Amino acid sequence: MSGPAISRILLSTAVMALVTYLLRMLPVAIFKKKIENRFILSFLFYVPYAVLAAMTLPDILSSTASLFSALIGFAAAVLLAWRGKGLLTVALGASGAVFLAERLLSLL
Amino acid sequence: MNDSLSFRKGLTDGIPICLGYLSVSFTFGMMTAENGLPAWAAVLISMTNLTSAGQFAGTALILSGGLLIEIAITTLVINLRYMLMSLSLSQKLDPAMPLWQRCLLAFGNTDEIFAVAMQQPGAVSARYLLGLITTPYLGWTAGTLLGATATGLLPAAMRSALGIAIYGMFIAIIIPPACRLRPVAAVAALSAALSYLFRYLPGLKNISSGWVIIFCALAASAFGALRFPTGGEQPEEGRK
Repeated sequence: MSGPAISRILLSTAVMALVTYLLRMLPVAIFKKKIENRFILSFLFYVPYAVLAAMTLPDILSSTASLFSALIGFAAAVLLAWRGKGLLTVALGASGAVFLAERLLSLL
Repeated sequence: MNDSLSFRKGLTDGIPICLGYLSVSFTFGMMTAENGLPAWAAVLISMTNLTSAGQFAGTALILSGGLLIEIAITTLVINLRYMLMSLSLSQKLDPAMPLWQRCLLAFGNTDEIFAVAMQQPGAVSARYLLGLITTPYLGWTAGTLLGATATGLLPAAMRSALGIAIYGMFIAIIIPPACRLRPVAAVAALSAALSYLFRYLPGLKNISSGWVIIFCALAASAFGALRFPTGGEQPEEGRK
């Protein structure tokens, strides 16, 4: 299989890396002073949760081989997180539930 | 500043992220290998970009013959949310941190590293953040290499199961504060509902996922800030 030319790979990679880095670096470099505005502070407090929630739904439903196993994995993750389990336990628990659900489905 | 946040604690806190990244970057490595990109190129992209959706889309464009400007704009749109997150992070960093350290550490501001850093009480030191970036970075790189060189090593059933791992991490980050603080639950629910609408409503479903995330996050966070103003750390009303 022949892939793209090396010069094209290097140039494209550099462009992607530069764009991504500037987006991450500029706000951190520019906003060194503490922001005092209450609205902006509140807004920034909510940003992580809003970003992660929008990334999770609905993409999680198409992250596995079937909607059924994704729903089982989703439910397992919510249950484990609600019981205060850590990141790794929740992630692997969801994966384990998906694996079991798909085995079960293949038996039916 | 929070003195308990050492380099070692950063490394440890990064382990769950590292394991989640292994499965995602493994998938990335496999995708590139199956499409004829050499393994070194996949690893180079992972080591210089350190971003999931952005580098997946960019690499797909490299493979399909997209123009450089297309690659740049796609990366910009998908990753624009990092500006929002870096702005949040800028307020969380130790105020005494020199500019060069802020600029260096900004490279590692991924969705998960950002979320874990923001969960720490008090200001975040450079050494903690460096640790928190190091373990996931190694996982992201190693997973890409494994996926690109060992295609077919994992059976399809395992790959399907691991596909949900990264979302499991997101849920583990959202749920505990959402149980304690009703405003966090409201903002997360609103953002997820908007994101859901964008996916399925006619006319809206063709908008790129990067824009959708930005719009949902902006709208839901602005709603939260207006309805439940905070002192920067905790909302003052609506607590359970």
